[in-house]
Amino acid sequence: MSYRLLYFASLADRAGCAGEERASGASTARELYAEVAVAHGFAFASERLRVAVNGAFVDWEHALASGDEVVFIPPVSGG
Amino acid sequence: MKRFSLSEEAIDVARERGALDHAAAGAYASFEGWVRNHNEGRIVRGLDYQAYAVLASNEGEAILAEAVARFEVREARCIHRIGRLEVGDLAVWVGVSADHRAAAFDACRWIIDQVKERVPIWKNENYADGDSGWLHPDGVSTPPAG
Repeated sequence: MSYRLLYFASLADRAGCAGEERASGASTARELYAEVAVAHGFAFASERLRVAVNGAFVDWEHALASGDEVVFIPPVSGG
Repeated sequence: MKRFSLSEEAIDVARERGALDHAAAGAYASFEGWVRNHNEGRIVRGLDYQAYAVLASNEGEAILAEAVARFEVREARCIHRIGRLEVGDLAVWVGVSADHRAAAFDACRWIIDQVKERVPIWKNENYADGDSGWLHPDGVSTPPAG
């Protein structure tokens, strides 16, 4: 399957890019984060993040479909 | 009707206030969040806000719809800046109109608290010593790569 990942804030700095198309065997958001955390050296445990698929928050066991836009949301600091 | 928006331009509060006009409203409360020149003991020269725009807009709209349902208010708006800001710039504005002041104050406070907690916007502070860093305020610092 292929996913479109977007990275923000310190995750973008760490990954060295704002996003990527990624071929992956991961079938849930949790599996995909485990894979990209290793690939990019993300220090965040998943407990510190939220995850969004196609512009909406989902839970970590959300089943992914090929072509989904997946975004791991680090702790926010607006305002 | 859009109640929440992200803006790359300076917020014109006088213009935005018009959206809150209502003949039944006897109160208007607002909150302005400004860029300050210090944070946690460091001198701040400016900052950059980044947003995941699609989700930030959805979540911001949800917060304002919840506020209008939850409090006795006539209308509510919030605008959050994105991009580069200088010290003193207006970073976020919340405005609420209501028949009476208590609901206007309560809703205004609730909205800004929810925005800070839920909306995917991040702040990168530029410090006087040339360093910079993204804020992920849950008690653990995460230095940028490189």
